[in-house]
Amino acid sequence: MFKAFYTVVMRDLLLAVRNRSDILTTVFFFIIAISLFPLGVGPELNTLREIAPGVFWVAALLASMLALERLFAIDYADGTLEQMLITPQPATILVLAKVLAHWLITGVPLVLLSPLLGLQYDLSSEAIQVLMLTLFLGTPSLSLIGAIGAALTLGLRGGGVLVSLLVLPLYIPVLIFGAGAVEATVSGLGGAGHISMLGAIFLLSLVLSPLATVAALRVSAE
Amino acid sequence: MLEVNNLEVIRGDRSLFSELGFSLNTGELLHLLGHNGSGKTTLLRTLCGLIKPSQGVVSWKGMNIRRQRDEFALEMLFLGHLNGIKADLTAVENLRILSRLDGLDVSDDELWQVLEKMGLYGHEDLAVGVLSQGQKRRVSLARLLLSKSPLWLLDEPFTALDKAAVDFLQTVIAEHVENDGMVILTTHQDVGLTTGEVKQLRLGWKKDGDV
Amino acid sequence: MSSNRINWFKYSSPATFYPLAGKLAPWFTAIAVILIMVGLYMGFFVAPTDYKQGEGYRIIFVHVPASWMSMFIYLVMAFWAAMGLVFNTRMSGMMVQSLAPTGAMFTFLALWTGAFWGKPMWGTWWVWDARLTSELILFFLYIGYIALHSSIDDNRRADRATAILVLVGVVNIPIIYYSVQWWNTLHQGASVSVKSGSSMASVMLISMLIMAFAFWAYTIAISLARVRSIILERERDKQWVSELPEIKQ
Repeated sequence: MFKAFYTVVMRDLLLAVRNRSDILTTVFFFIIAISLFPLGVGPELNTLREIAPGVFWVAALLASMLALERLFAIDYADGTLEQMLITPQPATILVLAKVLAHWLITGVPLVLLSPLLGLQYDLSSEAIQVLMLTLFLGTPSLSLIGAIGAALTLGLRGGGVLVSLLVLPLYIPVLIFGAGAVEATVSGLGGAGHISMLGAIFLLSLVLSPLATVAALRVSAE
Repeated sequence: MLEVNNLEVIRGDRSLFSELGFSLNTGELLHLLGHNGSGKTTLLRTLCGLIKPSQGVVSWKGMNIRRQRDEFALEMLFLGHLNGIKADLTAVENLRILSRLDGLDVSDDELWQVLEKMGLYGHEDLAVGVLSQGQKRRVSLARLLLSKSPLWLLDEPFTALDKAAVDFLQTVIAEHVENDGMVILTTHQDVGLTTGEVKQLRLGWKKDGDV
Repeated sequence: MSSNRINWFKYSSPATFYPLAGKLAPWFTAIAVILIMVGLYMGFFVAPTDYKQGEGYRIIFVHVPASWMSMFIYLVMAFWAAMGLVFNTRMSGMMVQSLAPTGAMFTFLALWTGAFWGKPMWGTWWVWDARLTSELILFFLYIGYIALHSSIDDNRRADRATAILVLVGVVNIPIIYYSVQWWNTLHQGASVSVKSGSSMASVMLISMLIMAFAFWAYTIAISLARVRSIILERERDKQWVSELPEIKQ
């Protein structure tokens, strides 16, 4: 079972390395989206510092949502997905492996880039640390929750737009606690409560989302 | 071993087949016939558990396959229209991953041997995406040579293959049946078997009879 | 076990449910009409004027029952969705499908009347109040359901996929509600939370309950009518449909 998990993670990472544009589009979307806000709001650093948590988190939400389309779509098209569903391995484990690989490819770069972008918004080093921590804890939940939406819309026309409609409302708690933690740190209230809520959401989605995703995949792969 | 009872599958609002029943024992081959759209592929996908029948049961060793997914998956190999291989990976990588997911412990030497037998010598290390349709099919069919599963479900296995490959595949299938394996396949070709029994099931008639 | 199952299947088969729904729908329609008339009369003419909020408060006789219904209907949908996934009954998916537009309508009504209420009370059409925000998200969930269902051509697949979505949504609703409340207390702005209930006159409460029952009856009536047309559409090739008196004519 662990071997199968490892096999799928390594396979997806290898595929990502062979096809680098997938990683880069998500990352650049994140960078561009965040860089656009000062152009719209104005370069006033006080304002930027205030809106930074929200901007970063909304950009992360959108970036991870855009990346969802590729989570199952290619496997679905070339038949590897249906083979995954009828292997003697528990499908939830394989789905978890795919989500982990997806997070490593699309989530981790956002976490690593956030300090650099945080400097653009004149965030304090403490705020940047909390921002990284919340992104690190929150983006896996986004991948897990998003996987349900990606599985449900597999092979449908207008799948990309539909995914956003299904998934974004479910992302709201992560957005609230993620951005809230940074904001609370900036304002000196301390974001520990928010961060533990993010952790709780992660654990809950870790347990429940693979079940829902597998059920959805079985419906979509029929 | 494999038993199908009162099976009905509805796609869209249309019932593709209903009250379908047959059984398959070791050393038997079932050849599914029927015109395009008669539900051959759907039946195969139902038998391997991908499609949930709207009525009826597919059972394996006396138990519904939907209640023993992992056990059944271990004893069944399904090759569909799609090859189930990744265009960006090489033939060896693809086969290695597939056999690991199938729960097999295969050494790299074996992988290379099997691919050579399938006539892919010299192409093992190329990304599958650059291979021809027939060669992609061969990569996918190489799983048959590694498989330890008694039940093979093959959807149009001969498509895109040249004559030599078709003949080779025929012998592989025949050997499997002779060794007490079971095969269900759809094809427009005649299936030659030296021993063993060939059953035929024709779909898309007014009444679906037993075999 | 197996005979039990067949019984279930027959009981919930569209062929037996269709005429039953046809018989029940007019009754619930009548109940809905009567209750709405009584409720509106009591709410607008019998209930006293609120000493603080004036006459404008009377919109709560529509607003509050509508927001109750918007949540109840989602729960009922989740119940049917679970039934459909577990027992594989054909009717369940149709029930969910028939309830969704009404649920979305009540959610929209609750948001709309909320805005109308907010303008004179708070001086603004929209307040990022926890309840309003949650209601808005609930509206998104309804729209997501409808969008997903309509983009899948195969009805059986649509039923199962949306059932999963509804169940995921129902797990999420408390989390969303809680997080929105947390967010709201953190951002305590000018919003006035309206404490109703304890201070409310009993006439008001009764009128509100009557309206709630009226909306229930309306929901049942309209979804029975809708489920009948869904049945006809999906089962149009079946023999029992062609034997219906209204089809034969």
